[in-house]
This record gives sequence, C-alpha cells and structure tokens, in this order.
Amino acid sequence: MALLQISEPGQSTKPHERRLAVGIDLGTTNSLVATVRSGRTETLPDEQGEHLLPSVVRYLGNQQSPVVGKQASQAAADDPLNTISSVKRFMGRGLDDIKHLGGRLPYDFVQTETSVPRIKTAAGDKSPIEVSADILRVLKERAEETLGDELTGVVITVPAYFDDAQRQATKDAGKLAGLNVMRLLNEPTAAAVAYGLDKGAEGIAAVFDLGGGTFDISILRLEKGVFEVLSTAGDTSLGGDDFDRAIAQWIMLQADISDDTSHGQLRRLMQDACKAKEALAENESTELNVQLDSGEHWQGRLDREQLNQLIDPLIQKTVITCRRALRDAQVSVDDVQTVVMVGGSTRTLRVREKVGEFFAQDPMIDINPDKVVATGAAIQADVLAGNKPDGELLLLDVIPLSLGLETMGGLVEKIIPRNTTIPVARAQDFTTYKDGQTGMTIQVLQGERELVSDCRSLGQFSLHGIPSMVAGAARIRVTFQVDADGLLSVTATEETNQVEASIQIKPSYGLTDTEIETMLKDSIAYAKDDVELRNVREQQVEADRVTDALQIALQQDGDLLTEAEVKTIETALMELHNVREGTDHRVIKKAIDKLNVATTEFAASRMNKSIKQALAGHQIDEFG
Amino acid sequence: MAVEFTQNYFEIFGLPVDFTIDTSILAERYRELQKTVHPDRFASASDRDRRLAVQQSAHINEALSTLKSPLKRARYLLQLNGIEFDDENETTMDAEFLMQQMEWREAVAEINQKQDPFSSLNQLMKSIDKKQANMIDQLQNLIRKQEYETAKVQVQKLQFMEKLLLECESLEQDLADAL
Repeated sequence: MALLQISEPGQSTKPHERRLAVGIDLGTTNSLVATVRSGRTETLPDEQGEHLLPSVVRYLGNQQSPVVGKQASQAAADDPLNTISSVKRFMGRGLDDIKHLGGRLPYDFVQTETSVPRIKTAAGDKSPIEVSADILRVLKERAEETLGDELTGVVITVPAYFDDAQRQATKDAGKLAGLNVMRLLNEPTAAAVAYGLDKGAEGIAAVFDLGGGTFDISILRLEKGVFEVLSTAGDTSLGGDDFDRAIAQWIMLQADISDDTSHGQLRRLMQDACKAKEALAENESTELNVQLDSGEHWQGRLDREQLNQLIDPLIQKTVITCRRALRDAQVSVDDVQTVVMVGGSTRTLRVREKVGEFFAQDPMIDINPDKVVATGAAIQADVLAGNKPDGELLLLDVIPLSLGLETMGGLVEKIIPRNTTIPVARAQDFTTYKDGQTGMTIQVLQGERELVSDCRSLGQFSLHGIPSMVAGAARIRVTFQVDADGLLSVTATEETNQVEASIQIKPSYGLTDTEIETMLKDSIAYAKDDVELRNVREQQVEADRVTDALQIALQQDGDLLTEAEVKTIETALMELHNVREGTDHRVIKKAIDKLNVATTEFAASRMNKSIKQALAGHQIDEFG
Repeated sequence: MAVEFTQNYFEIFGLPVDFTIDTSILAERYRELQKTVHPDRFASASDRDRRLAVQQSAHINEALSTLKSPLKRARYLLQLNGIEFDDENETTMDAEFLMQQMEWREAVAEINQKQDPFSSLNQLMKSIDKKQANMIDQLQNLIRKQEYETAKVQVQKLQFMEKLLLECESLEQDLADAL
C-alpha cells in the first residue's frame, strides 16, 4: 500500500535524484544560461567557449531553422530586415508603443488581427514572443547538452520594471520554447542574490541595473538569507541602445547623413556608435571611420567630453529615478550600505561617476556585470527545484507599477499601489446599475497616472453569470491577485448568492490561449512530440509531485488527522496510484483533483500549525 | 484558511494592539512567517498547495503593509476601536489647515518656473515630509489619550498630505519625461 513506502525522515522519496534547473538571463543585447553544479554557480559556454549569446535571430527562407547569436549578429547590416536584434524592447507591446520607442522602426512590422504585432521575415511573420522563444531554445539545448539530461525547470529573469503584459509575454516565450518556467525573477533581485551570497552582505543595498535596453533600480534589505525588495523603479525603454542612438545621431549630423537613409546604413551606424562607446571606456578619445552607402568613408573623432554631453540627459533620468526609489523605500542615501552595478551599460564610466556621486560612495563592480543576473537566477532555480531543502534563501519582491480600474470619467482608481510586496490580493466590490443585469465589463490598468489614457491597459475583464436581481442588489466581489511572478489574475464572486461569476479576459497586448496553442503545435520542438503523450507525461509529473508531497506531509503531521480522515486520503491516493500508468491524461487529472479535495483540510491545518510554530516562542516572551 | 483570518493584524505578528510598535520586531517576525508560507517554499508542491500558499503569503503581506505605514496603522487601529471612515463624504478641516494646503499647492504649481525645478521640488517635498512627521507625532499623542474622534480628523488630514506628495511625485515624473 502506498502509504507504507515512506523514506527516512527529512529525505525526499528519491534522495539521489538531483533536479536539473537553470537560470536564464534573457537580455536585450546578450543572453546567458547558468546553473549550480557541485555547489558552484557557473554560466554555461557554447562549443566555442562563448558564454554570452548575442540576442540576435536571423530568419532564413526555405524551411531552414533560424540562426541565433554571433553569426546572426554579423549578418545584421547585410540582411537587416530578417535579422532581429533587441527584440526584448518589443515584448508585450502594441504597434503604437513600438512606434514611440524612439528612432525609426528597424523592421517591417505587420499589424495583425490580434494585439500582438508581427515582424515580416523570410521565414514568415514572427511575433516578438516567437523570436524570444528561438533564443531560449538555443540556451535550452546548450544546457541540456552540457548537463546531459532534460531540464526540470528554469528561472527566467525580467527587468523589475516590466509590466504585466511584458512579463506574460516572457513567460509565453518560455512555454513556446518547451521550458517549465518555475519563476520570473526580477533582474536586480537576481543580481542582489549573486552579490549577497557571494559577499555575505547584510543591510540596505541599491542595485543599479542598466542594460542594453532597460533600466532598473531596486532598493533591498538583506538579512539572514532573506532578500526583501523595499522598492523598485525604472524605465523599460532606456539603456545602452539609447547611448548608441545618441552617438549615431551625432555622427549623422557630422557626416551629413540624412534621416531617411537605408536600413543597412542605420545598422552600421549603430554598430560604429557602440564600438566608439566601448572604446571610450578605455581611452580618452577614439577615431571614427564610417562606411557610407556610396562606398566612401567618413572619418572623425569622438572624445569623452563629447560623449558625456550626448548621454548626460539620459543618465540624469536614471538618477532622478534613483531618488524616487529611495523615497518609496523610505530610506535615505545615508542608509544605503552597498551600491551594486549591473548590466553592460554600467561599463560606461560616466554612469559609474554619476551614480557614485548620487549615492556618495563608490559602486561595486567586482562581479562581471554581464553574468551576475544569470548567476542569481541559477541560485534561485536550484532552490525552487528542491535541491536545497533546508535553504534559508527567500526572495520577497514587489509589484513595480500600480494596478487600477477604470472608473467614471476616464479616471483610474488604484487597487494595488506600486511597490506593494507580492504576492498580494485585494478585493473590490461592484454592483449592478440595471434591473436584471447579468454581466459587466471591467478595464484593468497599470501605471501611476490619473487618466486612463495615460496608463497602460492590461485588458478587459467581462463578467457573466451574475444572478438576475434588481439594480444595486447584487454584490460582486472582484479579487485581483498578483502572484510571485508579478502576474495578475482576477476572480469574481456574487456575494449574496455565492455564485462564481465567470470571467473572460481579453488581453490588450498579449497572446490568447488559442494563439499560444497554435504556435506550440506549429513549433518544431513540439512537432516531433505527440501532444497527447506530452499531456500524459505532464499529468504523471503532477501526480508524482502530489504523491511525494503528501507522503512527506503525512509522515510529519499525520497526527493532525483522525483515523477516518487518513482512510479517505489513503483511498484517494491508491486510486491515483492505480491510474497513473494509464494513457488518458484526463483520468489522471481527475484522480489528482480528487486527492486534492480529500486533503484540502489537511493542507490548511498543516499550514496553520507551521505558522503557529513560527511565532510560538515570541508570544511567551511578549505576554508571559 | 490557515492563517486565522479572525486574528487582527497585530495578533498575526504577536504584537500588542498599540499605535507604537517595535518595527524591528515587526520586520523580523514578518520574515519568519514568510519563510514558512511563501509560495517559493511550495515550488514543488501540488497546484492546490501552491495556491493556498499564495493566499497565506498575500494575507501576511497585507498585514505588514498596514502596520508598517503609520497612517494605515492609525486608521486600522481606530477602526478596531469602532471608528468608521466614510471617505466619500469628507469631514471639513479647520481653516488653518486648509490655508496651508492651498499654500503647498501653489508652491507645487510654481515649480515649473524655478531655475532648477528638480532641487526646488526636492526641497518642497522635504518640508512636506517634515510636516507630515510632525503630524504623526501629534496623532500618536491623540491615540494614546484615546481621543479617537480627534485622531480620526488627524488621519484625514494626513491623507491630504499623502495626496499632496503623490502630486509632487507625478510632477517629478513629468519633469523627468521632458528631459
């Protein structure tokens, strides 16, 4: 009988099985994958020994698989329209947002029926989610080849300031690449983990993360393995790319290149600008040699002073944002013990100088700013995969932007303010304004502004199935829940009748479930697999997880149950055990659900017990 | 539900029901509780247990955010003492307070014409902060003396101050966007 197969206390049922988990930094410019192996965290190189994978995808025609990385990057100027770089800037965005990102649109965007724009390429129209999935797939293969087995799960990092749509898009990309995304982790938090565990730091830390296309500042409190984010602020369209663009525009002015020059010329200019910026991190001035479309060359010189003039307004923006983050965290500059620099763009000396000036201390630059985020993500992935059962590490993060609802007159009413610790749940009551009304629509927004038109719409939630009553009699409680990934979910109940109202979500900038399913079926990774087989395997994994967890629970807290309760649970467990080897995923799912129902009370009383234990000692000191 | 939702927020953290709290104890117990219930502790548990963990963890976060902010803590404490707030129909404030509000607001409106709007705004926000801290001290006294109705008015005044600060922040954002 299943219950008797219990292992030694404190051990999982399969003690020797180490679950393979990796952390992935899906960056604007470069991406990396890292893992924890024999207690050491390391980023994984490709066959040529390169750790950084340029986040560039080149699509070829004729059913050929896309080229990802350095090779694609080298082709960018010759094949600009089929070579997609900095795709992260387009994640979770509508076509209108993309047009406002600054600079000319580098690709042929196609407006589709759905809210997610597509880029026209030789391999067909590609959404930013699919392009990101192609990058993730390469990292997945790299990790599985290096580690020699399939991955159990991954942690993917996102800018802390990513909104719900951008996070959802990232998670969808992971799914599309065939990954089990255990968690989306904020990049500055990941960096803090890598630094904190490395240096054993305690106290208040500021993480300044300036990447290729995004900027984040997070203020954290580190104490005994708990990383508590106090506030975060940033800009998801500000980064090293903007430095390059400012330099490129300056060159265009000097070299008399007009705004409507070719795509190829623009790509070359951006590359020259980037090289000049990098050279100025080492030298006082640098030569420019720009190849023009005419075949001629323009030559010039850029020095640090000129560079500083070009990028100072952009750096000034980041400093103002730092001030806001401190205010929100309710700490002053003097409280900050450590300032950590993350992201390739913090190699620009002027950035270090200005940030150091603001925080009145030298920022730490001793971990490779390109690798630190992936390293932190790998540590968290290792913990989430269950490889560190007694680990002290706990990350408490916040929601970066306020969530609100549209009210009368196009105004936004905030339900969850920014920098609220997640997970968080808030309820709001609504009523009907017409007799017999059975449905209503709620618009959910994210942002800090008062007007609906200045915030970002996350979607329309349509409620149906409200019992027919006179106007104002119904009490519909809508609960907004943001999970540890920073993703929103909405549920609604009619309180007077306790009827669960059904909710339909029409995301403003995201793929619908059907679209994702179609993409999954179309994608190469899944074409080989039998979808049905995959479903069965998924349910079997869940069945094992539930069984393992329950056996440990019974072993620890079986005394909370009566004999009759144990009997019911055992029966449900046996049933699941019996159907597990079957071929119908629905039957397995049903047995899991049944077991879950049978153990609902048990789970609740276990959690209650552990909470009491957590506080037990104190209450005696306090009131004894 | 496992954290007993009948417990008030002070009880959740094992703190006496009082406006004056030891914030370091609050922070420490918060961390201990989250170490027990946070969904990341249940990453390999069943879907149901993970959902339960999200609810528990969210409830503890709610309790923390209420107790951490002096204004929210005061409001919550007054509500525990039977004081009701009706935010739609605000009580009238005394003339002196309203005059000062108008002065602050004028100062905010004039920031744009200043030479260095960022540092002027920063100065202004600092003086609002200072006033706010002052008002919180007064609030503490009122609650200690159990003058709950007067304390309620003070809470409402502080809500005005909070709005004023929000306006300053949104102005700061506008200035930054214009860079």
